[in-house]
Amino acid sequence: MKRNIPLLITFIAGFIIIISEFIPHYPFGSVKSGLEGWFLIISSFAIILGNLNLIKVNILKIKFKSQNWKYSYVTLISFTIMLLAGVFWGTQTKSGILGSGSGIIAQIGDKPFDYLYNNVYQHLSATMFSLLSFYIASAAYRAFIGRTVEAKLLVFSAIIVMLGNTSLGFLITSGLPHSLDFLQLPNISEYIMKYPNTAGQRAIMIGAGLGIIGSSLRIILGIERSYLGGE
Amino acid sequence: MKKLFFVILCLSSLFLFAEDFSFSVKDNPNDNGSNLILQWTKPADFNGRISIKRTDDSGTVNISDLAKNYKLDYNLHPDKSYLYSFEAFSKDGKIMFDKKVEFKPVDNWFNAKKLPFLIILLLISGAIVYYIYSAKSGKELYIRKISGLESMDEAVGRATELGKPILFVPGINDIDDMQTIAGLTILGQLAQKSAEYGADLIVPVSKSMVLSTAREIVKESYLKAGHPDDYKEDSVFYLTDDQFGFVAGIDGIIVREKPAANFFLGAFYAESLILAETGFSSGAIQTAGTAMPSQLPFFVAACDYTLIGEELFAASAYLSRDPQQLGSLKGQDFGKALLAFILLTGVILEMLNIHFLKNLLIIK
Amino acid sequence: MALQNLDRRIIYILIFLAVSIPLIKPIGLKMHISENVKKVYSLVQETPENSRVLFSFDYDPASMPELHPMAISAFRQALLKKQKIVCTAMWPMGVQMYEDVVKKMKVEFPNIKYGVDYINLGYKAGGIVTMQAMESDINKVFPTDFSGKALSDFPIMNNVSSLKNFKYVLSFSAGAPGIKEWVMIAHDQAKIKVAGGVTAVSAPSILPYVNDQHQLVGLLGGMAAAAQFESLNHFKGTATKGMDAQSLAHLVIIIFILMGNLNYILLKKKKERGNK
Repeated sequence: MKRNIPLLITFIAGFIIIISEFIPHYPFGSVKSGLEGWFLIISSFAIILGNLNLIKVNILKIKFKSQNWKYSYVTLISFTIMLLAGVFWGTQTKSGILGSGSGIIAQIGDKPFDYLYNNVYQHLSATMFSLLSFYIASAAYRAFIGRTVEAKLLVFSAIIVMLGNTSLGFLITSGLPHSLDFLQLPNISEYIMKYPNTAGQRAIMIGAGLGIIGSSLRIILGIERSYLGGE
Repeated sequence: MKKLFFVILCLSSLFLFAEDFSFSVKDNPNDNGSNLILQWTKPADFNGRISIKRTDDSGTVNISDLAKNYKLDYNLHPDKSYLYSFEAFSKDGKIMFDKKVEFKPVDNWFNAKKLPFLIILLLISGAIVYYIYSAKSGKELYIRKISGLESMDEAVGRATELGKPILFVPGINDIDDMQTIAGLTILGQLAQKSAEYGADLIVPVSKSMVLSTAREIVKESYLKAGHPDDYKEDSVFYLTDDQFGFVAGIDGIIVREKPAANFFLGAFYAESLILAETGFSSGAIQTAGTAMPSQLPFFVAACDYTLIGEELFAASAYLSRDPQQLGSLKGQDFGKALLAFILLTGVILEMLNIHFLKNLLIIK
Repeated sequence: MALQNLDRRIIYILIFLAVSIPLIKPIGLKMHISENVKKVYSLVQETPENSRVLFSFDYDPASMPELHPMAISAFRQALLKKQKIVCTAMWPMGVQMYEDVVKKMKVEFPNIKYGVDYINLGYKAGGIVTMQAMESDINKVFPTDFSGKALSDFPIMNNVSSLKNFKYVLSFSAGAPGIKEWVMIAHDQAKIKVAGGVTAVSAPSILPYVNDQHQLVGLLGGMAAAAQFESLNHFKGTATKGMDAQSLAHLVIIIFILMGNLNYILLKKKKERGNK
């Protein structure tokens, strides 16, 4: 029973979503949007669940003095400060329970939540993203080795695309006559991206698409049950 | 006589070819009865303005944006009747033409434009279902080796040996993404192996809905492995919905806990390399899998094993060796052959300047 | 041997220098404008005055360096063409991104009026489901603007009830939900033009949508495209400044790739000699 009801719900919901793609008549069209609406509602409420879990895990770490428990204080304090700043004075044009915080705005130039967002969060987030440029360099140095003919071709095209995407690429081949425009690095780079790259990407997308159809059918037919925790 | 004949011919041709005002309403085919197509013609020398009003039981509305000679009127109800009043005014405001048309939109039972897709879907699904049932009858099915999945035992064994945990990240998308579900099905198998070997599992998630599903899966796997008491509820935990906050959290875990094996299986975006490169520097065995084509190169560069696109979705079947699931993979192969055939035929037909197939497969 | 054991911190320091020096002292390298960038520019340029257009801010601060300059240039271009801009965000932080763009625009265009020339519908969770609902009835998804006032109070929203009322959608997208979902809903279902910008990392996977069916009219991919877009708009923003940094960083990466290969060849030769 514990398994059969979810399997039945999955079957019915999956089947309706598929046939509603082809049957525009009422109620199929609206059932689909209704189901999607339910998902929205459930996922909105689930955010509370996630946050409660975050608080619980970190409180337990502090309580039992687990490994690196001190970091949990940072999480909990940051969480509480941002939450309270939003609840008390609101964000942007929206006011909080204590109003818009005009006194604080006069002092720091922004609402507390927006101030923290602009001056702390934005920079932390951008820092994480910019790590990518460092990691790309180290990963490229390590992994971009022309061991085989295919790998050599890959290295060669990667260098062309990289140069073509920068001003340097344009600079290198800018002296070419107009009739040899197609040999300009940015044009070769665009060609590589548009044709061989797109062909490869589409092949992966088609394979993944078929994989999705296969997995969906297995789930709808109840053959694949591991997402419910196995048999 | 000849002249008169010529004059009559000229006049009649003018009469025959001069376009006059006309207005018609027709149903927009293949929809749920929420659209109607309004069409009109006007003389070539007409320089006045036209107005169309729609009246129903809730009142009268002016239809705007009438620059073209047709308009799709939408947000209608199939059970209502609509009265359209078309009026053409001359430059000085005199009515030159008016017509009223009453029409009820039709709620269609089938979208005929999608028939080719239905046929392709039925063929692929039919093949998958056929192979599932033929596998059920005991037919032996071959599946090629997927090294990324073969490595799971090695990874769990190593983690047990070193007494270090295993990190599993099911991507950053929600449970409505098939990649997340595929990742979670592998988590089930991995959790079972970890329970059998007694290795610790860490599963940080970035979506609350994934949290509850992942927990249920890990719990069931421990139960299935016969070690329900070893299951720690907090081994599956929520970090944040924020993309780079989530990455920062996981990087912290990798640096502090130094897991022996990392699994990144699901939907990943720009964070893929940040995760994989941090994992590489910690010396863990890394297995990644995603259907995001742009992230695959990063995983290939920084991980030991990578599941590319469809391999991620095939993982559950591969690991469970359940004949029914393996059968579905064979069905997918049929789909691949079918699509390759359509693609090749399409390319040849287009080269021959025959656009039949292209037009058939484009929903206008 | 030294090459083989190259400390990754050296790589990081060189990348840091290659990025930071041109930012402090720009070189001003010339650039080539790609076809896809020209297409996005033409889309905005050729859309008539007073047309309603939709801007979707589907990114957060992390991808600001690449996507924000695109959003600023496009917003500026649409204002210059006197188009009416309706803004929304499929990412929660997208609203702040919008606020920042508008703040900058108000300096250059002090006369633009909220509710007349532009409006902010705000963020709504749900991604593709929200877009789908917008296709059938915007007022149901966004009964009010971001500040809570009824949409019917704003002249810009007159006669706007569905995605179909917009001339085009521009999505500045760092992932999902984003430009891919807009293609599926705004182009494939509502049949309106879609274009936008993505990070360089995700550009290869979005490029296939710029095809014969015009699922995407054009695409701005990464900072290079953002700089080219700025140049077409005769506007020197942060992307133009960042291009020099990116060019040098690419050069450093290329040098490292060549070094890695050289190292491989040397090791292979050494091994072969050893075998002999």
